[in-house]
Amino acid sequence: MSAPFLHVEDLAVSFPTEDGVVKAVAGSTFSVSKGKTLAIVGESGSGKSVTAQAIMGLLNRNFADVSGRIVLDGTDLLALDDDQVREMRGSVMAMIFQDPLSSLHPFYRIGDQLAEAVRVHNKVSKSEARARAIDALYHVGIPSPDKRVDDYPHQLSGGMRQRVMIAMALINSPSLLIADEPTTALDVTVQAQITELMSELQSETGTTLIIITHDLGVVADMADEVCVMYGGRVVEYAPVNEVYYRPQHPYTQGLLASVPRLATDRVDRLDPIPGNPPSLINLPSGCVFHPRCSRRDEVSGDLCRTEEPALVSVATDHLVRCHLAQAGATGGAR
Amino acid sequence: MSNEVLKVEDLRVYFPHKSRGVFPRTIGQIKAVDGVSFELGGAETLGLVGESGCGKSTTGRAILRLVDPTSGQVVINGTDVAELSRRAMRPVRQQAQMIFQDPYNALNPRQTVGAILASPFRIQKVDPPGGVKQAVRELMHRVGLNPEHVNRYPYEFSGSQRQRIGIARAIALRPKLIICDEPVSALDVSIQAQILNLLQDLQSDFGVSYLFIAHDLAVVRQIAQRVAVMYLGHIVESAPREELFAHPLHPYTHALMSAVPVPDQCADGARAHRARRRPAQSAQSALGLRLPHALLHRPGSLPD
Repeated sequence: MSAPFLHVEDLAVSFPTEDGVVKAVAGSTFSVSKGKTLAIVGESGSGKSVTAQAIMGLLNRNFADVSGRIVLDGTDLLALDDDQVREMRGSVMAMIFQDPLSSLHPFYRIGDQLAEAVRVHNKVSKSEARARAIDALYHVGIPSPDKRVDDYPHQLSGGMRQRVMIAMALINSPSLLIADEPTTALDVTVQAQITELMSELQSETGTTLIIITHDLGVVADMADEVCVMYGGRVVEYAPVNEVYYRPQHPYTQGLLASVPRLATDRVDRLDPIPGNPPSLINLPSGCVFHPRCSRRDEVSGDLCRTEEPALVSVATDHLVRCHLAQAGATGGAR
Repeated sequence: MSNEVLKVEDLRVYFPHKSRGVFPRTIGQIKAVDGVSFELGGAETLGLVGESGCGKSTTGRAILRLVDPTSGQVVINGTDVAELSRRAMRPVRQQAQMIFQDPYNALNPRQTVGAILASPFRIQKVDPPGGVKQAVRELMHRVGLNPEHVNRYPYEFSGSQRQRIGIARAIALRPKLIICDEPVSALDVSIQAQILNLLQDLQSDFGVSYLFIAHDLAVVRQIAQRVAVMYLGHIVESAPREELFAHPLHPYTHALMSAVPVPDQCADGARAHRARRRPAQSAQSALGLRLPHALLHRPGSLPD
């Protein structure tokens, strides 16, 4: 990869609260090439959504400490002021949120909301903006868009609302699209339609896509590269086949083993990861995963508890944050 | 079957569809559950799958009389409960319990875990050997909670621990039947396996039967011996697990399965799978009406 389209380096986000400092993200490093799809996978509290919000400039700097570098096409986003970020948001980069009902304004017709997105970034007439709104609805597969454009959000089903959200995100042809759990709130058959639609639109427009999810199925379906997050850290970052064939981090291995899957033979008993995800206020010392790790005995001494491992390369484009990887002793223990 | 724990026959649950305005009139029926029949044997798990709005949760709630069935029979351990009064229903609830989807809303925030777990004994006036306190501690231990935490409040526990409290409450009186309404869908992925294993362990220990309501086919395949697929208030296909997953017969079952994104060992395999499912999707789009609308616009009225 010569010059990645988006490069995030050592991103750290923390929120000071009354109970202590919540270290939501600490040491997030990854990059995406133009036109590719990166999946950020993790459980709630792993820092995946906060990473996305940091890229989009949605974190209020008065309440969040953000450090590191986010370079989009040569521009360091963290160095920009609020007005400059607002200029880029919706035109150069756009975002789709998890819950399409609460992300659309209930009192405005969807056509007006779409047209507003056009008129904020372009000097066009109202009728021109409306025409572009209808066109956008047509492209996301909404039947009779010239009538639907005057509907309110409550008149549409969940899948239709998500299509409207996608239309709104893509209406200014952004070069980066971030989708935060875009299918989680939808039924499986509708989920399939939406992932299909996003893949199609991506191949048409060449948009770079970051998809945030906890669903390993969606990842296999859409991603070129996968970034696994745990406790605010990127613990594994690799091409999608590497992650499924040769997961190196014990957390990734545990995750793949513990999720029931239709593609593999059924086992009588699942092999769960013990324990609970860590509290972000009171993170474990050393490796954040060590209290739940099944393979920490393989590391000599007390290293896992005392020292945080660095993100090291184990193969081409395959990075892992684990002492086992540093010792070169990981294996496909699946 | 002599050892059947639950028999549901031609269960119907209709809700009135009211007109808008100051004086709403009933202008139709929403047939949430429309003629559902199945049986559940001892120590057996039946998975009930379907998309939102298909009536699977309403079926579960009607069995425990949390909503009243419009018609049909619900036989729990030999007693037809469909027509019982609230008072007469109470002893039956010793035999049949429920685990809810959202462990945050299913527990009273003002009660300690100890009080929550003691309430089944108190309400049913059951005196466990060794006393209620001892029974509560044993329950907590059994579901993997630390009995020392008996005086803590629900907010002090994580999502999976709260679901364990919900499970402990459901098994307190050793029921024969537990209705599990999406018990793992609100939990983190790394936690789901822990709860599924716990449910399986409890089944082999106490011989409890589960009606396992879920939308996730992979989860249902993991835990259920038989699976029933619901669509628009009907069971469209019901079969033993291996049979259903190997040879789905109904087009809707087929559409449901091919729509599940597959975390394959090989992502190329998953992409090939996606290419294969395209025809299934067009078959599905014929069925893909927005569910509540489809329910409303079906002709017909109440049987009586």
